[in-house]
Amino acid sequence: MLKAAQPDRPDALTWVFLGLGLLLLPVGLYLALSAPPDVNQGYLARIMYLHVPGAWLGYLAFFVTFLYSLLYLFRQNPRYDRVALASAEIGLVFMGLALVTGMLWARPTWGVYWTWEPRLTTTAILFAVYVGYFLLRGAIEDPELRAKAAAAVGILGFINVPISYMSVKWWRSLHQTQSIDLTTGKIHMDPAMLQALLFNLFVFTLLYLGFVRFRALLAALEARKEEA
Amino acid sequence: MRAKYLVGLLVILGALAYLIFGGLGQNLVYFLTPSEYLQDQARYQNRPVRLGGLVKEGTVRYDKDQLELRFILTDGVAEVPVVHKGTPPGMFKEGQGVVVEGRFQEGIFRGTNLLVKHSETYQAPKAGWTPEEVRKLIEEAK
Repeated sequence: MLKAAQPDRPDALTWVFLGLGLLLLPVGLYLALSAPPDVNQGYLARIMYLHVPGAWLGYLAFFVTFLYSLLYLFRQNPRYDRVALASAEIGLVFMGLALVTGMLWARPTWGVYWTWEPRLTTTAILFAVYVGYFLLRGAIEDPELRAKAAAAVGILGFINVPISYMSVKWWRSLHQTQSIDLTTGKIHMDPAMLQALLFNLFVFTLLYLGFVRFRALLAALEARKEEA
Repeated sequence: MRAKYLVGLLVILGALAYLIFGGLGQNLVYFLTPSEYLQDQARYQNRPVRLGGLVKEGTVRYDKDQLELRFILTDGVAEVPVVHKGTPPGMFKEGQGVVVEGRFQEGIFRGTNLLVKHSETYQAPKAGWTPEEVRKLIEEAK
């Protein structure tokens, strides 16, 4: 609780992540736009370079929330609660991006914006849980109780991430299975497309790291103001 | 507890309960294959179902004036004739995986909604694609 030095501006590492991420973002865009079109989908497949990083960051951010929620429950350090909050917020934004880009992609390829198939349904549940996370945070006034309740949701809610990821394998879905399959290590993608996708995943991850550090700092400043 | 957040929380909990117990229960089996349907017809009688399978090669007939699409849906074992009112979606073609929502009527599956299932494979068009070739490719995909 009583940390001696509380910074009131972002540290160098935060600026490096943010700066590098923003600098490389146009490069990622260039790669995405110059990657070859898909033989079946044509240029439509390029939504992938936004859709996949969005979903990946959602998963990653909720994982970080899960970790810091656990840490908070063990250590009771409000700093961990603030990182969990920051990460959940960013995760929600990027998961929302994945949902929106997915809908825009689904209409011309599948024929509908939305259908209640397993991947979409489990992702909708995942999204709703983290909306609930913020409603819960808003509902509780006592900071300590708020952090504990939020940590519980942050831990339990994460179970949806592996379910959402595996849903295309466990159940019959309309959504295609993973093109970069982490469970088998197989990659079903043209090398030029893969490079563009991996680069964008990298850039988005840099931005996430910058965002989460920046947001956690803002939360710390808010908390200090609340105490004073 | 702050009241307005509590209302929101209840809405979210309600939505989650609906998704998990209502939506997901039905959708764990997102579609049936033609052979599964034919084995257990009585169970799905007069119920809207989703059938999933491949569009059999050489069976697609599209009537442009009536906007009526006919094809045979197969899972390699059983085959089902499908009639769908409306234009086929962009990526619809022979051999493509599709999911059709609809009902059986007199041995024909009448589709109300036709969804195309594309694969997880992304491949560039064969060597040296030029913008013109790509444009043609997109025209064809339409």
